[in-house]
Amino acid sequence: MNRSKGLTILNTLSFIAIMVALYLALIQAPDATNIVPEIRPAQRIIYFHVPSAWVSMLAFFVTFVASILYLRYDSLRWDIWARSSAEIGIAFTAATIISGSIWAKPAWNTWWTWDPRLTTYTIVLLLYIAYFMLRGSIDEPSRQARFASVYGIFAFLSVPLTFMSIRWWNTIHPVILDPRADFGLGAGMTQIFIFTNLAFSLLFVTLLANRIQLEWGAERVAALRERLQG
Amino acid sequence: MKRYLQVVWAVLWKDMRVEWRTKDSFTSMAVFAVLALLIFNFAFELNVPDKRMVVPGVLWVAVAFAGVLGLGRAFITEKDQGSLAGLLLAPVDRSAIYLGKMLSNFLFILIVEAFILPLLTIFFNVTVIIPSLLLVLFLGTLGFAAVGTVFSALAVNTRAREVLLPVLLFPVLLPVLIAGIRATSGFLVGDTLADHANWLRLIIFFDILFLVVAFLTFDYVVEE
Repeated sequence: MNRSKGLTILNTLSFIAIMVALYLALIQAPDATNIVPEIRPAQRIIYFHVPSAWVSMLAFFVTFVASILYLRYDSLRWDIWARSSAEIGIAFTAATIISGSIWAKPAWNTWWTWDPRLTTYTIVLLLYIAYFMLRGSIDEPSRQARFASVYGIFAFLSVPLTFMSIRWWNTIHPVILDPRADFGLGAGMTQIFIFTNLAFSLLFVTLLANRIQLEWGAERVAALRERLQG
Repeated sequence: MKRYLQVVWAVLWKDMRVEWRTKDSFTSMAVFAVLALLIFNFAFELNVPDKRMVVPGVLWVAVAFAGVLGLGRAFITEKDQGSLAGLLLAPVDRSAIYLGKMLSNFLFILIVEAFILPLLTIFFNVTVIIPSLLLVLFLGTLGFAAVGTVFSALAVNTRAREVLLPVLLFPVLLPVLIAGIRATSGFLVGDTLADHANWLRLIIFFDILFLVVAFLTFDYVVEE
């Protein structure tokens, strides 16, 4: 009971945080002044696009760490963490790619370019689709967890290398993550930008907690069913 | 240490002998690579001003596809004949088995490369046998075999088997392919090794990183 109470609090908190983030991003945040007026509304996507990207990387990092912990301690808990987090990561990766693509149309006048970040994110999406394909084609639970953990480690480690290798081609993506220059944002925007990132991180924690809770429930049902049949 | 190397050698030698007698992997890899060259020739010939623009891509894609074909077989025969269980029952370090398997895969792909490089030179009329190019191909193939051997052992224990291997392998391998293709195109137009040191460093880093990770994780892949 205590656990589900904690979940309710977490759910409520992240609902409020996301609502506030929406308000701040869409209404409170000032227009960007250093770009042509036609694409100023589109610029607001930064408050969703960047947090999504950040959360997806956070999620895959959690999967990576949980995979190592699973191999180390052989405990179901870490496998549940790994797969739950990877699922959320896929959702946010897709959100990142789609929101970026929508922004790219007015800003770059194309839905798609082979920019390092775009390409890397597409590869990341493919990596974790492969991760779930691997899981899906193994029936035995412990082997599934072991193999997925190994793949989760390889996949995560390859991402920075992929990014580096594609980056050495020309890039037109704005370099935003430079904290020294206020993330390249104007007055009144930086705080909102940071807030939306925090709100999305809280959303990630909430989704992960719910997902893990659900997985434990599913495990319990499976165990009960086995006992009833056996 | 000596014993460890003996095990590595024994696994490698066993694979070489099996391949020498059946020629299964090599034949299919080589024929496939030639087919890839032919298909690329028809795909690109008509609209490229300079063949050197497509040859790097053709070379690496042919190697990657032929290689994945060979890697797919690396554990299938072992598994089907039950010899994998025998290997694992042997009182030896599992990482030595990995290393032996990795080296045999590495060698097979190198042999296929030795076979298609002259063909590429003939078909596309571009001299690809350049020392710096061979070096980058060698290093790239090492990374390919290092990751591919682990994933091959993963894939063989799944329902989808070799169908899954390229899906698992190519996204992880992408940095090597990109670096390899870029460096190769440079070397084809006469660049020196120093011009593409960053690409080479990237591939070497990839090789070392994933060899270490493979060493650490191979145990979990073959554990029953």
